[in-house]
Amino acid sequence: MASRADDADFRTKLQEWIPKLVLSPSVALMLVFVYGFILYTIYLSFTGSKMLPKYDLIGIDNYVRLWGLSAWWTAVSNLAVFATLYITICTAIGLTLAILLDQKIRGEGMLRPIYLYPMALSFIVTGTAWKWFLDPGIGLEHTMHLWGWESFEFGWIKDRNMAIYTIVIAAVWQTSGFVMAMFLAGLRGIDNEILKAAQIDGASNWSLYRRIVIPLLRPAFLSAFVILAHLAVKSYDLVIALTGGGPGRATELPATFMYSYTFTRNQMGTGAASAVIMLMTIAAIMMPYLYSELKEKK
Amino acid sequence: MSGATQSTAVSTGRITRTLIYLVLLLFALFYLLPFFVMVVNSLKPLDEITGGNMMSLPQTWTIQPWLQAWSSAQIGVEPTGLRPYFLNSLLMVVPAVAISTGLGAINGYVLTKWRFRGDNIIFGLLLFSCFIPFQIVLIPMATILGKLGIAGSIPGLVLVHVVYGVGFTTLYYRNYYAAFPTELVRAAMIDGAGFFRIFWRILLPVSGPITVVSVIWQFTNVWNDFLFGASFGGQSQPMTVALNNLVSSSTGVKEYNVHFAGAILAALPTLLVYIVAGRYFVRGLMAGSVKG
Repeated sequence: MASRADDADFRTKLQEWIPKLVLSPSVALMLVFVYGFILYTIYLSFTGSKMLPKYDLIGIDNYVRLWGLSAWWTAVSNLAVFATLYITICTAIGLTLAILLDQKIRGEGMLRPIYLYPMALSFIVTGTAWKWFLDPGIGLEHTMHLWGWESFEFGWIKDRNMAIYTIVIAAVWQTSGFVMAMFLAGLRGIDNEILKAAQIDGASNWSLYRRIVIPLLRPAFLSAFVILAHLAVKSYDLVIALTGGGPGRATELPATFMYSYTFTRNQMGTGAASAVIMLMTIAAIMMPYLYSELKEKK
Repeated sequence: MSGATQSTAVSTGRITRTLIYLVLLLFALFYLLPFFVMVVNSLKPLDEITGGNMMSLPQTWTIQPWLQAWSSAQIGVEPTGLRPYFLNSLLMVVPAVAISTGLGAINGYVLTKWRFRGDNIIFGLLLFSCFIPFQIVLIPMATILGKLGIAGSIPGLVLVHVVYGVGFTTLYYRNYYAAFPTELVRAAMIDGAGFFRIFWRILLPVSGPITVVSVIWQFTNVWNDFLFGASFGGQSQPMTVALNNLVSSSTGVKEYNVHFAGAILAALPTLLVYIVAGRYFVRGLMAGSVKG
């Protein structure tokens, strides 16, 4: 009889262990390929690695060098300009379109997919389309000249000082529709009773939105910010396809800097240090958000 | 997002409404224009592009650029067209999506219905892994793929996409299963159903909507990825990398019409998925992530 009891005991134990066993491959992959790799890259950022990884610790030299490089400063200040404009414009367009679409619009079912479809495209495709559209020789400027507006000039993509703004235009084109969808979902989730009460109290349309609706959209604002901010820091493909980082180095971002220093200039230690800075930037944005998300759900 | 939910519309006058429609239509134009220009110009002979107006319809319609982009355009050093790269992308995307979605579903199930000490920490770690800048893993990944002998191959790319996709799929399924009544799972347990039977018989049958979200998300991300493809593609480069090689090659005459045809070919699978199932995607995504 003892063996039978053992057997039952074993089966309950097994039942307890199965969930953990099932979860373990993903956890193992994550620990190695995400967190292990992060630690490895952090370690490399303190070594004198050039073309291949080396394990000689040289202290914070790479970070000192990195912040002394004008190319890195260009990349960081470009990111600041790009991220600020990208997040602000996407949020403004997304919110405006969502509010307008929410006014019982005929043809909403037609318009929504038109606003959203760019998010299905690869940044390489978006870059190809906009590179051409913005090229003064054959794109918009050329077309305006053909239509008789001879003095029209739009050569930002060839202009060192303006090229970064073309990245903003293309990136906004790609993601603002998605932000619209997030705000629209938020608007549709608002209880109409609140609005009716406010209208009876004689609130004007403008103050209705400013005082009541927009504050209620706080969660949507937060999600939009987090998603856009992390996309901005990770931006790589679009720059490669649209400007290749040029003219000169005018549109380098940290992501393109890291790639070229690590893999084409053989400065792996410096490249690793730049990747660590990128990770820390994202962590600073994500940590408070994730923390509050996980706490709320308990 | 459907007709069932009410809008927050306010009453507005006729002039305001006209203005609203005008703004909405202008934005529709903004979103459509670049793609329209690509389609129109991919159907023109080259001399009509360099000499003519990008907005005008072709005078001579031709599908030659499409054929060229597909099967004979110069990609890198070989005149293969995009066809082999399209196949690479397909061979990569199908297993990567299937494996990461499967893992995500079972992870979500464990993390909501078989909770244990520390499960929240694991979930937090998974969640953060969704947002890391991939530059932080590029160097060790290159080394490891080489050691495993799958550098520059389709299995290597599949592994990479599974690893960095499973966080998102787990997030989707976890949020979805969290709303599923745990009492039903308890009842089944009391009836003697085991871990896998409960998953197959009770949770999977109701997982349709979130599976659509997970599959579309992963399909779009994996198909559109450029960074991993360019870093680890080697002999098996995906479509996005090939397209970039085609468009940015500096040798010979720039055949814009072929570039556009190629770009649309690269966009076609995700656009199709989006057109067929996009509405379910947005609906599921909003239910899962924003309201959480």
